[in-house]
Amino acid sequence: MEQTHTGSYTPYHPRWLRRRLSTYWWLEKPAYLWFMLREGSCMFVAWFTLYLLWLLDAVLEGPLAYELFLAWSGTPWVVALNVVTLGFVVFHAVTFFQAAPQAMVVRLGRRRVPPGAVLAGHYVAWAAASVVLWVLLRGA
Amino acid sequence: MSDHITLQIARYRPEQESEPTFNEYEVPYTKESAVLDGLNYVKDRLDGTLVYRWSCRMGICGSCGMSVNGEPKLTCATFLADYAPGPVRVEPLRNFPIIRDLIVDIGDFMRKLVRVKPWIVREVDKPLSEGEYRQTPEQLDEYKQFSMCINCMLCYSACPIYGLDPKFIGPAAIALAQRYNLDNRDEGAGDRMEVLSEYDGIWGCTFVGECTKVCPKHVDPAGAIQRYKLTAALESMKSFFAPRGA
Repeated sequence: MEQTHTGSYTPYHPRWLRRRLSTYWWLEKPAYLWFMLREGSCMFVAWFTLYLLWLLDAVLEGPLAYELFLAWSGTPWVVALNVVTLGFVVFHAVTFFQAAPQAMVVRLGRRRVPPGAVLAGHYVAWAAASVVLWVLLRGA
Repeated sequence: MSDHITLQIARYRPEQESEPTFNEYEVPYTKESAVLDGLNYVKDRLDGTLVYRWSCRMGICGSCGMSVNGEPKLTCATFLADYAPGPVRVEPLRNFPIIRDLIVDIGDFMRKLVRVKPWIVREVDKPLSEGEYRQTPEQLDEYKQFSMCINCMLCYSACPIYGLDPKFIGPAAIALAQRYNLDNRDEGAGDRMEVLSEYDGIWGCTFVGECTKVCPKHVDPAGAIQRYKLTAALESMKSFFAPRGA
C-alpha cells in the first residue's frame, strides 16, 4: 500500500497510545521504593537538625530549660521518633556514600582513584569524625 | 528435540483496539535463543502480523529494546533460557507512546539528542593540511565510557522522572553531551551548558540510578549527570563571582 506522508502526519498518528505513569509507580519495583525511602529520609535529617537546635537553645537558656528539654526528650514518643530517625539518618548516610563514587571523579596525579577507594574514604572520614567527637565529648 | 516456552506478547492495533491486549505464542528455544529469536519465530511461523523493531541482533544497533517481564532489555541480548519455564512477557518500552504492537515512538528522544549537539564542535576548524586532531590514551579514557551509548533508550524506559515529566531531557542525551564535553578536541561545552542547565536538563534528575542499572553498554548515565551537576554548579558560581567582561 502506498503511503503519502505530509509533514509529520501518519495514518495512525492520532491513535498512538500514550500512557500515564501510575501515582503508585514507586511501588512497582523494589529499587523505586528504595529510592523513595532515600529521598524521604531527608525529612528525618531535618528533624534531627531541629532537635539539635532545640537542645542548643535549651542549653543557652539555662539549667531549668535544659532539665525540661531532657524530660521532654525522655517521653516515649520522642524516644520512638528519635530511634526511627536514627535508622533513617544512617540509611541516608550509607546511600549517600554509595552514590558518591558515581558522582565524584577523584584524581591523584594522572590516575583516577578507583570508585571503591572513594567509597572507603567516606567511611574512613566518618569514623575519624566520630572518634574526634567521642574524644571531645568524653573530655567534657 | 528442543524445549518450548510461552511468550506473552503485547499487541496494540490502533485500528482495532484502544488498549493493548496480550497474545500467547509457544516458541521453541535452546540455551542460545534470545527473546528476539522467539519474536522472529512468531513472525515467521505463527503470526506474520506482529510488528517490532530489530536490526543487528548483536547489541550494536540499539533498536530491539523492549520490556521483558517488566524490565527494559535489549531482546537480542536477553535469553529465553534464563526465563524458563516461562511465560515471558514482552511489552513495548515503557514511558514512550506506542505506535503499534512492540513499536514505540522515538521521535522525542531523537529531537532531544540533537539539542545537545552530540558531535565535535570547533570554533575554528584546523585546515586539513595540518592533519588529524591527536589524542593520548588518557584523553580517550576521559570520555570512552560515555561513547559506548547505542541510543537504545532503555535508560529512558527505566527513568521514572522521564515517565512523569516527558520534557526531561533524559539520561542518554546527557551522557552523550558529556561524551563530547570531556573530549579534548571539542569546544562546544558552552553551547551544551545552555541546554543542559535549564529546568528540564540535569536538574530534573533526582538520581534514581535505574538508568545506569539497565544500560546494556555500561555507560553509567546517572554518573554522567551527577558529574555534570557539579560542573554546572561550579560554572554558575564562577559567573556569579567573576561575570564576563568584569
